[in-house]
Amino acid sequence: MLSPSDILLIPFDDWVNTLVRDILVPNFRPFFRALQVPVTSVLNALDAFLQFVPMLVTTAVLALIAWRTVGRSMALFTLIALVFIDMIGLWPETMTTLSMILTSVLFCTIIGIPLGILAAGSNKLWAVTRPILDIMQTIPSFVYLVPIVMLFGVGMVPGIIATIIFALPPIIRLTNLGIRNVRGDLIEAAEAFGSTRWQILWEVQFPLALRTIMAGLNQTLMLSLSMVVIAALIGAGGLGLVVYTGLGRLDVGGATAGGVGIVLLAIILDRITQALGEQSGVRTPSLRQTLVSLFRARRAPTGETRETGS
Amino acid sequence: MQAKLNVRDVYKIFGEPTHDALERLKRGETKEQILEETGQVVGVQDASFDVEEARIFVVMGLSGSGKSTLVRMLNGLIKPTAGHILIEGDDVATCSAEKLRAIRRNKIAMVFQHFALFPHKTIAENVAYGLKIKGMGAAERRKQALAALDQVGLASWADSYPSELSGGMQQRVGLARALATDPQILLMDEPFSALDPLIRREMQEELLNLQKTLKKTIIFITHDLNEALILGDRIAIMKDGRFVQVGTAQEIVAHPADEYVSAFVADIDRGRVFTASHVANEPAAVQLSASAEEALRAMEELNRNALYVLDGEKIAGVVTYQDLSAAVRENGKGGGLAMVLLTEYPTAAEGAHLQDLYGLASTGLPIAVIDREGRLTGIVEPEAVFAQLSGEDRPQANGERDAEAATSDTRETGGAHAQPL
Repeated sequence: MLSPSDILLIPFDDWVNTLVRDILVPNFRPFFRALQVPVTSVLNALDAFLQFVPMLVTTAVLALIAWRTVGRSMALFTLIALVFIDMIGLWPETMTTLSMILTSVLFCTIIGIPLGILAAGSNKLWAVTRPILDIMQTIPSFVYLVPIVMLFGVGMVPGIIATIIFALPPIIRLTNLGIRNVRGDLIEAAEAFGSTRWQILWEVQFPLALRTIMAGLNQTLMLSLSMVVIAALIGAGGLGLVVYTGLGRLDVGGATAGGVGIVLLAIILDRITQALGEQSGVRTPSLRQTLVSLFRARRAPTGETRETGS
Repeated sequence: MQAKLNVRDVYKIFGEPTHDALERLKRGETKEQILEETGQVVGVQDASFDVEEARIFVVMGLSGSGKSTLVRMLNGLIKPTAGHILIEGDDVATCSAEKLRAIRRNKIAMVFQHFALFPHKTIAENVAYGLKIKGMGAAERRKQALAALDQVGLASWADSYPSELSGGMQQRVGLARALATDPQILLMDEPFSALDPLIRREMQEELLNLQKTLKKTIIFITHDLNEALILGDRIAIMKDGRFVQVGTAQEIVAHPADEYVSAFVADIDRGRVFTASHVANEPAAVQLSASAEEALRAMEELNRNALYVLDGEKIAGVVTYQDLSAAVRENGKGGGLAMVLLTEYPTAAEGAHLQDLYGLASTGLPIAVIDREGRLTGIVEPEAVFAQLSGEDRPQANGERDAEAATSDTRETGGAHAQPL
């Protein structure tokens, strides 16, 4: 049976090899090295800070945040989960993972939100951005792990850069979606009162899109967590490394301990960011407001007649 | 009166390029032809009008007639393809973005059909939006916002959110937001269309009441002719992007320009359009000192059943032919008018709408139209009220304006009305 490959065999892998090894690596390595500098400094500062703060203080602060944003039961869960992590001897690794995740989420936010806003304002830019995001989300992360090592070397920071590539799409997508979904007549109203573009963005679009953007942030955070083990393959530390080492040594217990740590951290961060998202953006009336509005509605008929009578 | 807003030869064509379509329009091709041949949509064609200060100009049209496009061109939300829109001499159609922003901030504000309140801001913050955009400090803008809210009777809701308010209240907030920046011109894009009929009536009255003190120049868009007739000092009827007729409520109802307008006018409430002075006769009356015979003769000459009796300038009362002739038969010719004088008589102000005269007309006595000083300025025969309602202009009614045209109209529209009614 004739197949097209009998006629022409495209050496695609050779092309890519040439591109990366012979063009990118020798010529642009300093550039990529320079790119790491901000990531390195943020990561180091965060890691140093989280390792320095005593375990009990960090636990108390996280439990307090969980209490304020989600509720009492979540605060209790946070408390127990973090104490458990400490008891299984993984506290320093957990803090390293936390600082890695926070760093990658921070950079995803810094890159993603402005890009999402720009994409929302221009159909052309979105048409270009969209397929790139599709590729970023579907390409297996192992594929870009090798060129990342070649360009950035091994260690924590290349791991974070791989994480950023993997976790960036949702926040861009959802920022774009949130901004685009702001009701047209609200933009028109803002414009009719003489708002500048910045004022429209800041006063109307961004606050109304915030709920969707927060959902994107939550997704980005979750994806970052899921990269922890893969990033460990190229030298990132933390809980991912615990799992990876366990895997290498067929140490079921060690790998499970690391895995449990990741899951617990994931639950805590997920619940907190979800609750933050629900609080922001378009207001959903809380219980208090519902009660207040009920009370007002009952009062309203008399109020109406008084107003119209005058 | 000075014109606040001048609109001259404004066209709007959607789709690029527009030159070709514009040429075709000016050559007299229709909207449909142009859409078919060039794929471009004609929004507004050849609109020209002036709105004088403190007047309400209503643009009435069905959906797709271009009225929303027109109003959006007035504050530059949509840029006209051709023409000029002058607000106190500044051309909104051609001025710089910065100038346009200054005009929007200071001179012209807008009220939207679906209220367009910002759901994440409190009522007071919504009302203060225009002030915040201008850079006013927080304390002062709250003060002004509360004052604007007070005008619409919602000051106590300042710290609620829009979702907690009913539709009618939300639109009052929309109005307050537009009033807060103290603009001279108010654009209202179907502001009451999304409200239920009762609230709509209430809002219309409130707007008219507010307008008495505010004296804004208002451009009001609606698809409801009744609303247009109630609110408008002048009304433009729009169809396919062009003005079919521009005039006062009475002009439009009495003399519709074409079949399209007559079709609208056919089922509007004429009782709310025409006033007592439109159907009043000249104030024929006799003095109290006149004899019964003179009064009877006057009634026979005027062909009326009753006559007003004046005591100098003042109205003394009314005498009916029946009472007077009976009195003459019984008492001989000597008796004066005073013995059969009815001192209870119906009166109406000159500006009273016909709908307010129905009850008065049912007394059977002619209605005295009086001015502010209580002087008799006209007389409305009960039949005249109903003749006007049925759409028939009576030649002898106070229509000195082209009595001939009115009679020819009567024949035409009379026939047209006989069937649907």
